[in-house]
Amino acid sequence: MEENKKAINETEAVAMLHQFNEDLLPKKFGKIGKAWVALLCAVFLLGVYCYIIQLRRGLVITGMRDFVFWGIYISNFVFFVAISLVGSLVTAILYLLKVSWRAPLTRLSEIIAVAAIIFAGLIIIVDMGRPDRVVNMVLHGRIQSPIIWDVMVVSTYMVLSILLLYFPLLPGISFCRDHLKGIPKWQKRMYTILSLGWKNKPEQYKLVKKAITILSVMIIPVALCIHTVTSWLFASTYRPGWDSTNFGAYFVSGAFLVGSGGVVAGMYLLRRFNPSYEKYLTNTHFDRMGKLLVLLAVVYAYFSINEYLIPAYKMKGEEAHHLHELFTGYYAPMFWSVQFFGMILPIIVLLFKRGRRPFPMFIMAVLVIVCAWFKRYLIVIPSMSFLPVQEIPEAWKHYSPTLMEWAITGGSLAGALLVITFFIRYFPIISVWEVAEEKGVSTDIIYKHLHEGNEK
Amino acid sequence: MKQEEINDKGRRDFLKTAAIATIATTACGSLACSCSSKKAAVAEKVRLLSPDGEIVEIDSVYLNHHENMAVLSKHEQRMGIPGKKFVMVVDLARCKNARKCVTACQKWHYRPEETEWLTVKLMKDSDKAAPYWFPKQCFHCDNPPCVKVCPVNATFKRQDGLVLIDNERCIGCKFCMAACPYSTRVFNWSDPEIPFDIKDLPYSAETGVPARVGTVEKCDFCPDRAREGLLPPCVEACPNGVFYFGDENEDTVSNGDETLSFSQLIKDRSAYRFQEELGTKPRVYYLPPKDRQFPVERGYENLPDKLKARFKDVMEESHLLEKK
Repeated sequence: MEENKKAINETEAVAMLHQFNEDLLPKKFGKIGKAWVALLCAVFLLGVYCYIIQLRRGLVITGMRDFVFWGIYISNFVFFVAISLVGSLVTAILYLLKVSWRAPLTRLSEIIAVAAIIFAGLIIIVDMGRPDRVVNMVLHGRIQSPIIWDVMVVSTYMVLSILLLYFPLLPGISFCRDHLKGIPKWQKRMYTILSLGWKNKPEQYKLVKKAITILSVMIIPVALCIHTVTSWLFASTYRPGWDSTNFGAYFVSGAFLVGSGGVVAGMYLLRRFNPSYEKYLTNTHFDRMGKLLVLLAVVYAYFSINEYLIPAYKMKGEEAHHLHELFTGYYAPMFWSVQFFGMILPIIVLLFKRGRRPFPMFIMAVLVIVCAWFKRYLIVIPSMSFLPVQEIPEAWKHYSPTLMEWAITGGSLAGALLVITFFIRYFPIISVWEVAEEKGVSTDIIYKHLHEGNEK
Repeated sequence: MKQEEINDKGRRDFLKTAAIATIATTACGSLACSCSSKKAAVAEKVRLLSPDGEIVEIDSVYLNHHENMAVLSKHEQRMGIPGKKFVMVVDLARCKNARKCVTACQKWHYRPEETEWLTVKLMKDSDKAAPYWFPKQCFHCDNPPCVKVCPVNATFKRQDGLVLIDNERCIGCKFCMAACPYSTRVFNWSDPEIPFDIKDLPYSAETGVPARVGTVEKCDFCPDRAREGLLPPCVEACPNGVFYFGDENEDTVSNGDETLSFSQLIKDRSAYRFQEELGTKPRVYYLPPKDRQFPVERGYENLPDKLKARFKDVMEESHLLEKK
């Protein structure tokens, strides 16, 4: 890298910057893009419609009842919180470690984090019996309750993530403001407002960089907190499968894994639908992310062994009942497929160089994400169902989500994807100045020339 | 009929003093008084707050207490009945699953059929042990996991030992249901059907009515009845005197028939608390099902099919029922 830096002279660098700007400006969607947006909107609106029905009729429209009182809303919440952790991993941890290939991935991972954490906050309200009283959390909040901790850390994380997305984006927004041609008036105005009068001055960059460093340091403990506290919502109870001191670490390690899977899937799709990104999201990036995924999956495997095999060694009372359901009982097919396809298979495939090419990586990433979703289902639901109970109607012992519940949950997933999609449509998803810096263009040249339009 | 008389007598024996104290408390807290000349004169004056905001002194003769109309302030509901420490003892040897307690509870609290605050389970401690009937309600734990986790203080522990829920504050997060190791709490999944006569009653955490959609509820030990010097409906309804309810401070518990010393009873009969190892410190004690008064089948035979289904597994396991 050092040699590279010296080799780039000013003219080359300027040409490079222009090229970057050319390649990375947000573009109008083609047919597939529009169809994708239409599909997401439809799913999202269906979810909203079903939620309105739920508001009018109560949670009775779900498959939840007195025995299984938390369902896919909660497991989906855990999934959202989990995937949002990747923002802190790529933008903060890799940034502070000065990993040289992170720049093109930061914004993608940060928008995943922001979209996920917003919908985590929304879906938890969907699960509430009385969303109209949400203000009671402020009026009568009790600091002893893990839910209040969760509200505090999730909102803090949301703010930090939005800032960590927004500050490095300022040069990009101002470039869009000045150089995007043929855009509607509202879009121009949006850029003008959001760019906060960015003038591309060296002092402004210095401030932004300082802010990124501070935010990066701040967001790491908060990120660990959001998922640890989420795990405590379960671990602070007495139920088999939840009553575990391993839960915090187990949740956090799983979260990094699914989040990285999300970034890899995003990288692949970006390249697939906009070939000009291939120069920035190179095969090397996939290779590195592949290695990172292996590491994270191995760490996750370690905590999974702690979580399941040690209680299984003892086979204590209710815990044994729970583990039997998971290992050999009703949930066994789901449990073992999730363990195999979501953890073991990715480790094996990604250990090989050929497995770390974009397409196999994409397949593995999708597996990791889908299995992670069902893994959260397996963490939340079996602890409540199939325990020996007598006083309730037979149908209440089992839980299967209703169509309405699926629609609302699907709507939340579509909503998060919509946020990401709209972001890609209107903002540069790869940060030009950071990539340029990483490629060895000196900061002076960036400050001076980055903002020049390509027409010059 | 006879049973009722006995119940009545026992009830009067018990909590006699509480009854007197309660009249004063209710009277102060409520504006619900009306004149009545039928009662014998007692030379006692009671000070009341009139609807105009003036303090008036009235002869207690003219007070007429109206059930369910006592309006306690939120603060009073949260503090509890001063000087009391409610406790319950359940004699497992006497239970034959007559389910009178369940019906009485459902009726008193206007509960729909499918959710029971008080349930009777068929317990079996180990493979070869004989099953026994096990009535289970909220244990009103002294170290209540549900209260710890409530984010808005909607469920709370009172100084008289009760754990209650304020359904006007509950946000319906269901965390307390997750935290309760005894699955004692139930949720109003849909708009509850509220009978006409209680529709307009002011809500009180002590009565739990009227119920509200999207909130949690559970057994409340009927403090509204205790304020009137009455035993909870489950205790009164039980034909076998399974439940003893009382005050730990007074060291008395009564099942309507007999009033006993609480400490002596739990000592003599080796009382235990359900899942003591959890450390929740329940306020309900169980007397072990030793020398049972009824064969366990007695509680199964006459049940409607719907209820039989609940216990079929255990009955079959214990070879009390032929497998089909």
